[in-house]
Amino acid sequence: MLYRETGQFKTSYKADMAVFPIRQDRIGLAVILLLAFVAAPLFGSAFLLSAVMIPLLVFALAALGLNLLTGYTGQLSLGTAGFMGVGAYACYKLTTFFPEVNLIVWILASGFFSAAVGVLFGLPSLRIKGFYLAVATLAAQFFLQWCFIRIPWLYNNNVSGAIEAPVRTLFGMPITGPHATPELRYLVVLSIVALLTWIASNLVHGRVGRSWMAVRDMDIAAELMGIRLLPTKLLAFAVSSFYCGVAGALMVFLWYGSAEPEVFSISQSFLILFMVIIGGLGSLIGSFFGAALIYGLPIVLKSLFPMLGLSVGAATIEHITFMVVGAMIIGFLIVEPHGLASIWRTIKQKLRVWPFPY
Amino acid sequence: MGYMSKVLLSAASGAAMLLGGQLAPVQAQDGKDANFVPLFTYRTGPFSGSGIPIANGMRDYLEMLNQRDGGIGGAKIVIEECETGYDTKKGLECYEAVKGRNPVMVNPWSTGITLPLIPRAAVDKIPVLSMAYGLSASADGQTFPWIFNPPNTYWDGLSVIIKHIADELGGLDKLKGKKIGYIYLDAGFGKEPIPMFEQFAKDLGFELKLYPVAATDMQNQSSQWLGVRRDKPDYMVMYGWGALNPTAIKEAARINYPMDRFVSIWWPSEDDARSAGPGAKGFRELNWHGVGTDFPVLKDIQKHVIDKGLSKVAKGKEGEVLYNRGVYNSMLIAEGIRNAQKLTGKKAVTGEDVRRGLEAINLTPERLKELGMEGFTDPLKLSCADHNGHGAAFVQEWDGQKYVKIGGPIKPMEDKVGPVAAAAAKDYVEKNAGWPKRTEACDSK
Repeated sequence: MLYRETGQFKTSYKADMAVFPIRQDRIGLAVILLLAFVAAPLFGSAFLLSAVMIPLLVFALAALGLNLLTGYTGQLSLGTAGFMGVGAYACYKLTTFFPEVNLIVWILASGFFSAAVGVLFGLPSLRIKGFYLAVATLAAQFFLQWCFIRIPWLYNNNVSGAIEAPVRTLFGMPITGPHATPELRYLVVLSIVALLTWIASNLVHGRVGRSWMAVRDMDIAAELMGIRLLPTKLLAFAVSSFYCGVAGALMVFLWYGSAEPEVFSISQSFLILFMVIIGGLGSLIGSFFGAALIYGLPIVLKSLFPMLGLSVGAATIEHITFMVVGAMIIGFLIVEPHGLASIWRTIKQKLRVWPFPY
Repeated sequence: MGYMSKVLLSAASGAAMLLGGQLAPVQAQDGKDANFVPLFTYRTGPFSGSGIPIANGMRDYLEMLNQRDGGIGGAKIVIEECETGYDTKKGLECYEAVKGRNPVMVNPWSTGITLPLIPRAAVDKIPVLSMAYGLSASADGQTFPWIFNPPNTYWDGLSVIIKHIADELGGLDKLKGKKIGYIYLDAGFGKEPIPMFEQFAKDLGFELKLYPVAATDMQNQSSQWLGVRRDKPDYMVMYGWGALNPTAIKEAARINYPMDRFVSIWWPSEDDARSAGPGAKGFRELNWHGVGTDFPVLKDIQKHVIDKGLSKVAKGKEGEVLYNRGVYNSMLIAEGIRNAQKLTGKKAVTGEDVRRGLEAINLTPERLKELGMEGFTDPLKLSCADHNGHGAAFVQEWDGQKYVKIGGPIKPMEDKVGPVAAAAAKDYVEKNAGWPKRTEACDSK
């Protein structure tokens, strides 16, 4: 009843082609943004912000980056964690070289380093496709992780072999290091993620996104229509790696605080790939759904057992969480092979005609 | 109330808790004083082979204190495990979850989790006990007042291994012209000793061969051992963790490498050696505490915990190397709490009190006897400046069934290790501009 577009007339092509053509959607988005920007930092506990929300946003951003490449352009990549690592290490080098420049500038700038590396490893994509491209990006993953371990210059010769986020401030308040409040760190992460999501939304709804999708759906047809394959694919690699790089920098600087090369291992790449697949290939909101399901669900399950008054060992909970999440993933994929985003679309469609489905 | 509504209610209260904030500080059920000791353990994941015995040992010792003495100094110990799976992400989540509940300390049991906690410890006022792992430089209590890593560092361990090899050969000068191979996990932990190893090689005139094993290739070391076969080092030194250890021992046995010349740092367990079969006989590793159950403290654990069915340890596994290491770790926790109670006169202590208590740790032979650990381990004394103790270690050999102590305690070469540790602490401070100066007062003069 509430969710209905009756009476909302569109009088221009622009209004008809809007990203959110229905008024309720726009209101919903505003409410979500209000909740995220105002309610969460005001009322959320430190645990919610630093152990749930920040990780969730970081993973959502990385998943979004991969989604641009895999979901929108159809190029399978297993190098996500490697590209995230490039962003993190680039940001670390930049901020230790030029400590006076604001960290946020460097976080965004580190994405460009990641983008350059992404383009380099995206070069084979013109010739190889599908699983073969996955193998090429797998090589990127291993090579990059090898660099993080083996090039001491990248981690400033630290004895521990890890990179440590130095204390950096924004308007005089620390945003990294032990004194940074969870609220501020969360707001910085949220602002960057919101900004990049907005840019991604514009990209995929515009000419660039359409050419990506054309390449994904049938590259020969796209070529015949005048889309140059190599620049299009490389652009997808660049933009995707940019997003992953920024996510990696956010991860180390605003979440972990320090990171060993092991953080950027292949398992991280798979984790993000799963988020994209579960969330929905070729859907921006799906990236958020996927991150929420894969990262958030175990946390919720973990806190559920003590709440039920069941005293279960920590390891048992972990095993149960594994099984439940695994079962849910399989369940979701059987019910809706196109991911959570597709379920979301179906729900919206159903709501539009409720209560009189025809 | 129906089951379903209970589920819904708890889900709602869970959401409320996530949103609403802190959990109440921990109290024993009867409202009496209690000390909250969270244990970060990993009973799952690729490293659970090492994690399970450690977790059992840690838990059982504290449980024994609860059962036998009613806790420490009249205050119960609230033990809570948080599963990290040896994953930094989950470790940080565990930390965030326990941080607001007045934990007396955290034991991360992973270098990856320890590193992000080092700067936070001073701010959150929660001491970090990273027993013989983590950041070796954190042994310097003046720079790292909140971090403790007794009883020795990886650098100490290396100097002990070198001394042991020299003893076998008949003197440090006999190392000249020898070839020593170093097989290690190609990560911070394994790479840390290399500069010092190279220095030793230069000073003592032996040749050092490096065999790095990537974390992804821990179970495939054939190329490294092919190199060993070709280079024929006189001795092999290993710094491994997880699957690296059993694989290396297996490969060494396969190429018939003389096992009594294969010395490891203190992490391989019985299972690691056992899985290599009879060929592993003679394999050596460092240790600083007893193995087996012939100690009063282990008897008490059997009596008060295992026999009552309160332990998760598999039958006959108590007393193994890593189990006893967990016991040792928990003994340090308990001593820290006990000292804190003495220093403050309170029963329920805070992280700040326990930090002072840990600095006051003084395990004299008499104290060890009181703890039922006579002959279990060597005396250890920490101070404000020294958060490590740089204690002695001994070498134990695998006889096919168990580890047998060979030779007496070997002290680390402090003249070599001291400067390296001091330089590393200085380096850490320099790279983390604005690292706070120690403001915590010192109790032990």
